[in-house]
Amino acid sequence: MNSIRQTFAQANQQGRGTLVIYITAGDPSLDQTVRLVDILSRAGADIVELGIPYSDPLADGPTIQAASQRALAAGCTVRGVLDCVGEIKQRTEVPLVIMTCFNPILQFGMESFAGACQQAGVAGVLVSDLPPVESGEWVNIAAAHSLATIFLVAPTTPPERIRQATDRTTGFVYAISRPGVTGARDRLPADLHQSVQRIREVTDLPIAVGFGISTPQQVAAVCEIADGAVVGSAVVDLIARIADTNSLYSQVERFVAELSGR
Amino acid sequence: MEIKQTTVLHSRGRFGQYGGQYVPETLMAVLEELEQAYEEAWADEKFQRQLDYYLREYAGRPTPLYLAERLSEVCGARIYLKREDLCHTGAHKINNCLGQALLAQRMGKPRLIAETGAGQHGVAAATVGALFGMETVVYMGVEDIRRQSLNCFCMELLGTEVRPVESGRGTLKDALNEAIRDWMANVENTYYLLGSVCGPHPYPTMVRDFQSVIGTEARQQCLEKEGRLPDKLVACVGGGSNAIGLFHSFIEDEQVELIGVEAAGKGLNTGEHGASLAAGSFGVLHGSASYILQDEDGQISEAYSVAAGLDYPGVGPEHAYLRDIGRAHYTAVTDTQALKAFQRLSQLEGIIPALESAHAVAYVLQMAGSLDQDTIVIINLSGRGDKDAQEVSELLRTDA
Repeated sequence: MNSIRQTFAQANQQGRGTLVIYITAGDPSLDQTVRLVDILSRAGADIVELGIPYSDPLADGPTIQAASQRALAAGCTVRGVLDCVGEIKQRTEVPLVIMTCFNPILQFGMESFAGACQQAGVAGVLVSDLPPVESGEWVNIAAAHSLATIFLVAPTTPPERIRQATDRTTGFVYAISRPGVTGARDRLPADLHQSVQRIREVTDLPIAVGFGISTPQQVAAVCEIADGAVVGSAVVDLIARIADTNSLYSQVERFVAELSGR
Repeated sequence: MEIKQTTVLHSRGRFGQYGGQYVPETLMAVLEELEQAYEEAWADEKFQRQLDYYLREYAGRPTPLYLAERLSEVCGARIYLKREDLCHTGAHKINNCLGQALLAQRMGKPRLIAETGAGQHGVAAATVGALFGMETVVYMGVEDIRRQSLNCFCMELLGTEVRPVESGRGTLKDALNEAIRDWMANVENTYYLLGSVCGPHPYPTMVRDFQSVIGTEARQQCLEKEGRLPDKLVACVGGGSNAIGLFHSFIEDEQVELIGVEAAGKGLNTGEHGASLAAGSFGVLHGSASYILQDEDGQISEAYSVAAGLDYPGVGPEHAYLRDIGRAHYTAVTDTQALKAFQRLSQLEGIIPALESAHAVAYVLQMAGSLDQDTIVIINLSGRGDKDAQEVSELLRTDA
């Protein structure tokens, strides 16, 4: 069992959901990313998703897109993020998931990228614009390098493609809560329970819900329905607002502790 | 040559290794819905009749295939201009917009969204939005809005809301990203009217089919006037919709040479150009695999051309494929060459070409003297140049 599955299983045994926190690597700087991940982990993040910034992301809303632009402007590169992962792994055991678009992987070389991820200690990779139908080669390469794969399932995904996604997933299924892009929302969609249930019917893999989840109440509600919750934009937005202040780390720690309820 | 294979690959949205659907899962269902609706519509005679009607009665088709006598004399060959500049709204863009707007109606989507760079596709989208009484939103980069204020005014006059895009560098690719995000959030009632043969399947195939009327007409007109097929077709390539529209009906006529002309901007070695095929590399942008302009980390570069319609950092996947199999050839001409051709065609033929189309004219002017007298060349005059007159006058003043 890979570290992602183990993490979900452990939380499950403890009778709680798994908290996945996303931040964009290199925002505000890669040095700060190293320390931030450590703090996220201490504050109760069970898994940390690290976004490799990309110039033209399709799935991201304004918050994460702006974070990517800041990171790129600060000189963040794919190699830089992978080096950063290596440093993080010296500080904390928290499983790391790399989230990125396909083109940076393609340019790095799929094989080289997977090899570098494995060497750095990455647990899994989510390629946001690589649907199952385009993913054949990548899935094989990831498996050869012991990287867990994570695929997205949307409320609009028909049953046969849910199966395609779960067949190719070795980490967790990322259930998109609603149509549209990433970004904090006020309330959870009313049909979230059914959306998760449709996935549950075809797989025993852990299911985490993301897109639009930003408060401790929402995390708690999602964890009643699914195995875990992913919070991204709310943390990224907080980092953006206080990046220049002395209280960056303490405020991020406090917010994530509230999310995790620990 | 593997031409026959293309038909098979098309069905999966692939042109060799190019094309495909590299999009977030949130878009997959709507792309499948679109693909199915499009295939049904395209095969439906009623839809075809409706499209024919609007192309004829509204857009002003067929457009003439005009023998440019003085240009022919200069070039030493028989040069024809396919007069897409005479279409309603002044460019070939309307062909695709009519087709997709009719499809949107058929799908019961009351709201149209589109992206635009220079504003030509935006104006054509705004036009069909007005024609069919549909709510229309056009995304346009703030930098482009600044450069193309007249087109912005026209879109608003036509009842369209122009939404400024500040992300990225505020140009076409950023507008496209933003339009796709709107689509993902509003798929229930919204149709995304993409302007070129780019993006995820089915767009490259669908937009090509809607533009293929250009080549279908040109082929027939050439046979009528000359009693034979042309020797060369020349068209400018940004995303590549006017070029593929002209080429498509000639793909299987292997004796007809297909030539695409990209924007070399300030020069291919300056980094300031729009030549994805000539100077780009394999990658994925906006949902499909093709040649793109990018840095070594796979971050997308800004394209540049004096012709705003050519400054896109990607190119339609079918062009990449046609080049790989050697069926089409691609070359590039600079701003300076295009500006010369812009003036030359105006003075020789009394036709002011769009700066985009002037790239195709420039290539043919370069061949002057090297062509056989009987060579028949068709240039796709994809748009008229009124929109560029002011910018060119300023550029010429600076140069003087």
